[in-house]
Amino acid sequence: MTEITEVPSPFCGVGTDDLKIQVDGVTLKVLENGCAVNTPAFEQAITDTQPRVDGQIVSLDVAVAKAVALLKNTALPVIGGCATDVNGMRGLLALADRCGAVVDNMNFTRARNNFLALQDSGWMNTTLAEVKNRCDLFVVIGADLEVVVPRFFERYIWNAESMFIEHTDQREVVYLGTAPSGSASTSPSGKAAQVLPCATEDLPDVVAVLRALVKDKPIRAESVAGINVADLQVLADKLKAAKYSVITWAAGALTYRHAELTVQTVSEMIKDINNQNTRCSGLPLAGKEGDLTANQVCGWTTGYPARTRFSRGYPEYDPFMNDTNVLIAEGEADALVWVQAFNSKSVPPVTELPTIVVGRSGMTFSKEPDVFIPVGTPGIDHVGHAYRTDNVVAIRLKKLRDSGLPSTADVLNAIDKVLREETVC
Amino acid sequence: MLIKLTGGQVYDPASGVDGQIQDIYIQDGRIVDMPVGDFKIDKEYDLHGKVVMSGAIDMHTHIGGGKGNIARTLLPEDHRQDPVSRSDITRSGCGHAMPSTFVTGYRYAEMGYTAGFEPAVLPINARQAHMEMGDIPILDKGGYVMLGSDDYLLRMLTAKKDQKAINDYVAWTMNAAKAIGVKVVNPGGINAFKFNQRKLDLDEQNAHYGVTPRDILEVLATAVKELGVKHPLHVHGCNLGVPGNVQTTLDTIQGIGGLPMHLTHIQFHSYGTEGDMKFSSGAAQIAEAVNNNKNITIDVGQVLFGQTVTASGDSMRQHYNHKFASPNKWVVMDIECDAGCGVVPFKYKDQNFVNALQWAIGLETFLLVNDPWRIFLTTDHPNGAPFTSYPHLIRLLMDRSFRNEVLSTIHPEAQKMTTLASITREYTLQEIAIMTRAGAAKLIGLKDRGGLSAGNWADITVYTDNTNRQTMFEKPDYMFKDGELVVVDGKVVHTKWGTTHVVQPDFDPSVETGLKDYFDRYLTMKLGNFKISDDEITEDGRGSITVHPLNGVA
Repeated sequence: MTEITEVPSPFCGVGTDDLKIQVDGVTLKVLENGCAVNTPAFEQAITDTQPRVDGQIVSLDVAVAKAVALLKNTALPVIGGCATDVNGMRGLLALADRCGAVVDNMNFTRARNNFLALQDSGWMNTTLAEVKNRCDLFVVIGADLEVVVPRFFERYIWNAESMFIEHTDQREVVYLGTAPSGSASTSPSGKAAQVLPCATEDLPDVVAVLRALVKDKPIRAESVAGINVADLQVLADKLKAAKYSVITWAAGALTYRHAELTVQTVSEMIKDINNQNTRCSGLPLAGKEGDLTANQVCGWTTGYPARTRFSRGYPEYDPFMNDTNVLIAEGEADALVWVQAFNSKSVPPVTELPTIVVGRSGMTFSKEPDVFIPVGTPGIDHVGHAYRTDNVVAIRLKKLRDSGLPSTADVLNAIDKVLREETVC
Repeated sequence: MLIKLTGGQVYDPASGVDGQIQDIYIQDGRIVDMPVGDFKIDKEYDLHGKVVMSGAIDMHTHIGGGKGNIARTLLPEDHRQDPVSRSDITRSGCGHAMPSTFVTGYRYAEMGYTAGFEPAVLPINARQAHMEMGDIPILDKGGYVMLGSDDYLLRMLTAKKDQKAINDYVAWTMNAAKAIGVKVVNPGGINAFKFNQRKLDLDEQNAHYGVTPRDILEVLATAVKELGVKHPLHVHGCNLGVPGNVQTTLDTIQGIGGLPMHLTHIQFHSYGTEGDMKFSSGAAQIAEAVNNNKNITIDVGQVLFGQTVTASGDSMRQHYNHKFASPNKWVVMDIECDAGCGVVPFKYKDQNFVNALQWAIGLETFLLVNDPWRIFLTTDHPNGAPFTSYPHLIRLLMDRSFRNEVLSTIHPEAQKMTTLASITREYTLQEIAIMTRAGAAKLIGLKDRGGLSAGNWADITVYTDNTNRQTMFEKPDYMFKDGELVVVDGKVVHTKWGTTHVVQPDFDPSVETGLKDYFDRYLTMKLGNFKISDDEITEDGRGSITVHPLNGVA
C-alpha cells in the first residue's frame, strides 16, 4: 500500500493537483482534498479488463483486427467522444486522418458557444493564478459554479493569501442569472454573494443591457427579465470601478439557441471595460473530460477545433455539420468510434452503425458495441497531459497504479498501424 | 551506410569555405572525413553545378505554444485558403499564416530548413510549447523561456535579492522549462499591463513594484552571461511599434553596458517621428549602433505584404494594436502571474504608408548592418509574414534590381521616406549562409550543427544555382536531416523526428525552497508538477533531448 501526494486531476477542469491518494493494488482511495467530482472519479473500481468483440472476450489483437475490419471500407466513419489525454488525441487524429473520419468532441455543441464568439470577434481572458491574486470583483454569469467545480471558491477566491489583494475576504462576488445552489461563494466572514437572478434564457437581454450601461448608453426600461436596471447600473459601475474584475461563464450552461451571442456580448463588454481605463478579463469555464485537450491537440494538428472531418483528405472544420448526432441521424456516418477514457457513464449514442468503443473500464451498454476495448484512465493508469479550464496550462498526469490496461494512444495507434499495413502498399 | 555528395559548390562559413568545390561524406548521420584506405560508397549524389549549404536554422519563429494555437483557432477562414492533403508518408493539415504543426515541419524542410526555435516559451506554457513542437516532424527545435514580467522575478528585484539568487532562479527555470535561451518581452510591461499601465518606457517604473525595464534587462542579461548560456539574452524591447521607439532601442543598446544582448525583430523597434506622417525610418541609426557595439546581435522581423496574424507575448502592445486588427477579431490574455499574450490578425498592405515603410525599414536594416554574423534573417513568423516567404526575402536581399522594382510599387510617400533605392549592397550566397546557418548555430550555441566539416550532424541542403534567388531557395534539390534524405526537388520524400535542443545551467538546489513556498501560496500548481521531466519529451518514442555545452564548461 502506498500513498501518492500532489496528484493532479483531469476530472474537475481546474487541474487541482493537491490530492493525496492511497493505492492498494488497483484500489484507490482519496485521502485528502477530494471533492464531489474528483473522489468518485478516482475511486471508481476497474471492472472490465479484457476487450470484447460481439460481447465475447477476446485478446487485444483480435479486437484491434475487428476494429480495422469495420473501419477499412467505410466512407465516413465518425470518431466521437474524444475524451482522452494529449497522446490519446494524437493517436485519434492520426487514425482519423488515415481513414478519412470525422473527429467530434462530445462537448463541442456546448463549446461552440465560445468558439463562434472567439472566431468572430475574439476576447480578453485570464487564467486561474491571475484570479487568485488579482481579482477584486468576480461575476458569474449563468452558471452554478460550485456544482461544476466544487473547490473553485476555496482555491481561487477565498484563498488565504494573495499577492495583490490584501484581504481576499473583501472580494465581491456577483451572480447574474442562475443563483448558487450552495454557500461556497459566501466569504469566510459570512458575506453572501449578490445574486441578480433571471431565467437562463433571458441572459441575452440582461447582458445586452449590462453592456449598454457599461458603455453609458441610456436605457429607458426600468427592469429587464425581472432585474431592476438600477441594480444592473450598480454592477456596471462596479465593473468600471474595480481594478481587476473577472467575469466567468460556462458555455455549456447557456442552454438556448445562439448562446454564442451572449458569450460575444460579454466578451465585447469586457473589451469595452478595458477601454475605460481599468482592467477586466473573462474566464470561460470548461476543461471536463478532455474537451479542451481535444480542441488544443486538434488545433495544432489541423488548424481547427475538434469538430473537423478528414473525408476529403484534408481537414475541414464545420461546427454544425460535423456533429456526431447529426451525421448519425441523417445517415451520413457509416461507422462510429467512441473514445471516452475518463467517464464510464458516458457511452456512445445507440445506433445500428458498426460501433467501436475505446472506453473507460466499467461501461455498461444498452446495446453491446461490435468492439469494446477497455482502456486505462489518464492520470490513474498511465501518465499523460490534460488541459485545464483556462486553456493555457497543461497538467502532467501521473500514473498511480499498474492496472495493465492499455492507454487510449496504445489502442488507437495499434488500430492505425494495422490499418496502414492493410491499406498502404 | 556511407553517402558521398560529389562535386558540389560548398558554402560553409563555419569552416571558412566560400564556394569551393568539395566532396562531403556522410556516415551514421554525421559528416565524416573521406575514409582512408579501401572503402565502398553505398550511395553517391552527383552535385556538380549545385550549391551546398548546411541545413538552415530559423533562430526566431513562433512554432510552438499557446498563442500560436489561439492564432490557429482564430482564423479558420485563413486555413481554408490553404488546405494540405495527406499522402502515404505525410499528414494532412493547413498552411498559410499559422500552419498546423505537421505542415510547419514539411514546409520548413521543403525550403531546406532543419531547425526552428520558438522564442516565447512562457514557463507555465512550456509544456504546451514542447508538445506542439513534438508534433513538428523533421525539424530540430528548441525554445527561449520568457522571464521579466513574472511576479516572482519582480518580487526578487523589489526585495533586492542579489545577482546570484537571480541566476539560480533563471537557471532553475531554464531547466524546468527545457529551454536553450532566455527571452524577455517588453521587460516588465506585460506585468504592468495587469496593473492597468498601458505603456512602459525604458526608465518608467512598474506601478506596483517600482522596477524599471532597464533594471530587468540588466539582471537578466547578467544572469545569462554568468550562467554561461551561449545565447545572449533575447530581447523584445519596450515600445514595440511606437513611432519614436528608435530612441528607446538606442538607449537599450547603450544601457546594457557591453553585456551580450540579442535584439529581436528590431524592425518593429526602429521607428522615428519625422515627416508629415510623423513616422520615419530609424534603420540607419540602429544599424550604426549595431555596427559599433559588438555585444549586440539582431534579427530583423521583416514585414512582407499580405495577410498574416501577429502572436506575441506583449499583451500591453498587442492590446493597443487591436485597433489595426484585420480581420477585426483579436485575443489578449493575462497568464498565471507569469506573462501574457496577444493575438491580432494583420494585413500588411503595400499601399498603406506605414506598412510600406515598415517593409523598407526592415530591408534598410539588413543592408546597413555590416557583419552578417550579427544579423539574422527572420520575419518573426508569423508576425511580419509567414516563414514561407523567406525565399522571396532572400531575393530582395540578393538582387538589387528586383528590390528596386518592388520598391517602385509601394506607397509613394513611403518611397520618399526610405534610402533603400540608393543602397547598392547585394547579399552574397556566403552571407546568406552565415545569416541562416553558421551564424544562427553560433548564436544559439548549437554544437555540431550549422556547419559542414567532419563531426557535424549531416543536416545538408542542396540547391540549383539560379539568378532568380527566390526560385533557387524555394525548392532545394535535396535536403538531408541527420544524414537521411528527406526532401527531393522541394518535396518531402521521407519523414523523421528531430531533437529538442536545451542547455542545463547549474543552480543551487536551495532555490526551490523559496519557489515552493511561492507556488504553494500564490500559484495554482505544485512546484513538483510544474517542472517538465525528460520523459515528457521522449516517452512517445519520437522525441529526444540534446544538451548543449555552456561557456566556460567543457
